[in-house]
Amino acid sequence: MRKIEENIFKVLMILSTIMISSTLFMILYTIFSKGIGSLSWDMVSKIPEGGFYIGKGGGILNAIVGSIYITIGSTLLGLLISLPIVIYINVYAKRNATLASITRLSYDILFGIPSIVYGAFGFAIMVYMGLKTSLLAGIITVTLMIIPILVRAIDEVVRVVPEDMSNAVFALGGTRYETAKIILRQSIPGIITAILLSFGRAIGDAACVLFTAGFTDSIPTSLDQPAATLPLSIFFQLSSPIQEVQNRAYAAAVILTIIVLIINIVAKIASKNLSKNKI
Amino acid sequence: MKNIRLLKDQFISKIFLVLTLLSISTVVLIALGLFYKSIPILNSTSLYNLLFSSEWKPFKEAFGFYPFIVGTLWVTAIAIIIALPLSMLTAIYLSEYAHIRVRKLVLPLIELLSGIPPVLYGVWGVLVIIPLIQDKIAPHFVEFTTGYSVLAGGIVLAIMIFPLIISIVIEVFDNVPQDLRNASLSLGATQWQTVKKVVLRKSFDGIVAAVVLAISRAFGETIAVLMVCGNLAQVPHSLFDSAYPLPALIANNYGEMMSIPMYDSALMFAALLLFAIIFLFNAVSRIILYRIEKRNN
Repeated sequence: MRKIEENIFKVLMILSTIMISSTLFMILYTIFSKGIGSLSWDMVSKIPEGGFYIGKGGGILNAIVGSIYITIGSTLLGLLISLPIVIYINVYAKRNATLASITRLSYDILFGIPSIVYGAFGFAIMVYMGLKTSLLAGIITVTLMIIPILVRAIDEVVRVVPEDMSNAVFALGGTRYETAKIILRQSIPGIITAILLSFGRAIGDAACVLFTAGFTDSIPTSLDQPAATLPLSIFFQLSSPIQEVQNRAYAAAVILTIIVLIINIVAKIASKNLSKNKI
Repeated sequence: MKNIRLLKDQFISKIFLVLTLLSISTVVLIALGLFYKSIPILNSTSLYNLLFSSEWKPFKEAFGFYPFIVGTLWVTAIAIIIALPLSMLTAIYLSEYAHIRVRKLVLPLIELLSGIPPVLYGVWGVLVIIPLIQDKIAPHFVEFTTGYSVLAGGIVLAIMIFPLIISIVIEVFDNVPQDLRNASLSLGATQWQTVKKVVLRKSFDGIVAAVVLAISRAFGETIAVLMVCGNLAQVPHSLFDSAYPLPALIANNYGEMMSIPMYDSALMFAALLLFAIIFLFNAVSRIILYRIEKRNN
């Protein structure tokens, strides 16, 4: 009897494991098989031409470039803010454990806040400051969303740097700032993984930029112009009733999938290879 | 004279402290910002009416969020009902039964699943789940459906929360001391009995925390749900009815909201509502998870 129950559950467990791990391949297969046919060089090299949304020529270069601008901008800005925070709670706030745990708790919570809320908040700020939908507003909002990702991921690697190392720096007469530099150097592989993670999130997010970055058919040339993004471009084209436009949405989905897959795989390899040289 | 290096150190210490405090206060700022924007609607409509009235006529300034709240609850509930058993079984398998090699093969796949952008889940839902419901599942139960339904939303959300539940539950299982398992096994219990009576019991609160986190993730998911739920402002009565979850409502109306009085305030109130619920859920489950981690160190 005990054996039968055990075996039934074992079969169920294996089945659900197979099912869950195969969903990834199902999703990839569907998107690739549907979109690869409409993928063309024009898609990635041209901006929308007149009548693009009723099936005429052009591509989605505007969305690709817009997404890359927003992603790079927000990741850089996010790093500028999250590195000091991680250093502070790990090096400076050693004696003030309460502040460190409050910080960690608030970032865990902020991590769970959905991007639509960040989007709405960003929009509220924008209206308050009299800004229009723009590249800058998009970057700021996405930065708010990815700071928790960066802080949590970097904190995780900085925390496991052996205490002996910072003690050694202190013993040589180093200040806390100098210690922090040594610790950061030690955590570079983890930091790179964190950057790539936030990259992936930032490029795939739609709800944040919907309110704040707007959408446009041209490539933004300054921070106060609106910017198109890849997820929104997929979303808008898919809601069109015209078949060709829908097909292009699938092709755009293939492009986004490839970008996200590359980012994730590079992140995996980076964290594996770079950590070889660690002490 | 003080050493220049020490001065630099202290200077940086102050700046970093300010930066840390400022950035923690984003939580408060978001709440305040959204609250500030929803004051007009809170002044003109009672909270009870906002939450429990079904009348949604923005032009007449009637904002009853009931259909949207119920829609959100439906898709979230369906997602959890689908995702919880499957992810629990997978987590138990990977943590207690599977060979380390299987675990090393499967976990990265699941991690990758969590890296896929929501909009792609939406595309997949439109291409696969909607036709599946419309042609294969629904005809057995109802006469007509477009396929754009709470069930479609629930299925897509379920897949999106698999990785979250699995990764947290596996972590919780890893925190159960091996000695407890050994003690149970040495008393002659089978592995399944050990899982049931020792591992699961010991990690009950951690599992609760994982589920609460998953609920709040499903609650706030926007684009994917927007694409597959049908977006009709009605209270769904069956799995095959369309619904209009709160996040979808916010995302879909950002364009019009500035031109209708009170509309933007109403949508900001919806965002505040989402924020409040998700904040609470996240805080509770994170504190539970901290406790578990502390207990074992």
